[in-house]
Amino acid sequence: MTDMERQEAGPQAIYEAYLAQGRFMIQRAESTGEYVFWPRVVAPSGATDLHWVEAKGTGTIYAITVNRARDRSWNVALVQLDEGVRMMSTLPEEETGEIGARVKARIETTEEGPRVVFDLVKEGAA
Amino acid sequence: MSDRSLRGKSAIVGMATAGVGEAPGFSAMELLGQAAAAAVANAGLKMQDIDGVFAATSSHAFPTMSVVEYLGLRPRFFDGTNVGGSSFEMHLLQATLALEAGLCDAALVCYGSNQRTAGGRLVSMSEPQWHETPYKPRHPITAYALATSRHMAQYGTTREQLADVALAARGWANLNPEAFARGPLTKDEVLSARMISDPLTKADCCLVTDGAAACVLVRADRAKDLPGKPVYFLGAGGANYHRSIVAMPDLTTTAAADSGPRAMQMAGVSQSDLDLVMVYDAFTINTILFLEDLGFCPKGEGGRFVEDGRIAPGGELAVNTNGGGLSCVHPGMYGLFLIAEAVAQIRGEAGERQIEDCNLALCHGNGGTLSSQCTAILGSEAVI
Repeated sequence: MTDMERQEAGPQAIYEAYLAQGRFMIQRAESTGEYVFWPRVVAPSGATDLHWVEAKGTGTIYAITVNRARDRSWNVALVQLDEGVRMMSTLPEEETGEIGARVKARIETTEEGPRVVFDLVKEGAA
Repeated sequence: MSDRSLRGKSAIVGMATAGVGEAPGFSAMELLGQAAAAAVANAGLKMQDIDGVFAATSSHAFPTMSVVEYLGLRPRFFDGTNVGGSSFEMHLLQATLALEAGLCDAALVCYGSNQRTAGGRLVSMSEPQWHETPYKPRHPITAYALATSRHMAQYGTTREQLADVALAARGWANLNPEAFARGPLTKDEVLSARMISDPLTKADCCLVTDGAAACVLVRADRAKDLPGKPVYFLGAGGANYHRSIVAMPDLTTTAAADSGPRAMQMAGVSQSDLDLVMVYDAFTINTILFLEDLGFCPKGEGGRFVEDGRIAPGGELAVNTNGGGLSCVHPGMYGLFLIAEAVAQIRGEAGERQIEDCNLALCHGNGGTLSSQCTAILGSEAVI
């Protein structure tokens, strides 16, 4: 258990604090082994013994769309992490991507704060 | 489990809509009030007879309180369940429970919105999801576009098939004088419409209109003594797994796969018995997903199922005969308008678009981002 977990703060605040430190952390239930995202106090199974683990950061595109405004467009993707959980994110370097494509996470700092984004894993790369 | 204890226990005896399309100068509550007054009159009752109130809107935090005050009611029972656009299918179940338990004798289910003339955008009270906000989704369309992308990748559903849904809706709307979007529409026009959230274009999206609707339910024994042709409640069911699209277990299967069978089991009907299918078409993908999940075709076959005008006027299955949310009316929460069309068809009051011998109708409501799913089955005296 890290010091951060002993603080009197909820999972959202802890997740965001880790992110500010440059760490992409997700929850895992000790009793069931299930991973949980987005962070909360009870796992879908009902388990409450959640602790934080570093996300592998690898996954695949589960679904993707491109939001088109008059001045710009940006993609919004649901990424299935290799731990089995899904998150909303984006591929800022791409216009769009293929469903099923492999992606790798990185933390990007925006004006509104840090966020986890993904890049396509190119053929032959690790 | 086969609980049919509520089957046929209540009936819709009054129904009305108001301000469908554009109603400049009227507030959401004023439109709701018009629909409520007309529905109560249609039932042959007085407003003061209403002692049960069921309401959900996008503009009132405490909808039943606002409605009660505005209409001068003193209900014995009230419920403001808000699960988005499917709330009203759930209200039919709740009203039936309350009537059957003797907690009220005449239940009003109502909705009103002036979202078109008040700003022309979908009004949402919905709180943003903190884990989605950094990626700037434009809900609801982003969520529906994500589901569409997945359905296309998994089952080969095409944009042409989505266009068939929009064309069928327009075909029905052209037979409905109340429908807001009428006139010729070609497949090329649908396919070349402006892309908003890939692969959904403007033509894949529902209308943004004003509109209000209301219905009155009483116990079935009393319905016979009232002037209008009763439309009986036969069954209903709800299902909900998620709020945020991130948490939807499988983007190609909605909880309608649970709510539909529950409702049909309570009603004692199967898909082939139904004369009319009203599904919440906020986007073209909805119709395809719900026809699959409600068992009208196998999973993944929805795109092929809607081809060649099968759900259009003259087709094999009558779907969304008012023109749907895509071409008739969509004032933010559409669920009560599904019921309004089912009532019109079962009463034989649907004019040029009337289906022959319409005795059994399914209304399927959807709320949030493919989140809450509620199905209700209505029928005529002939099926009781």
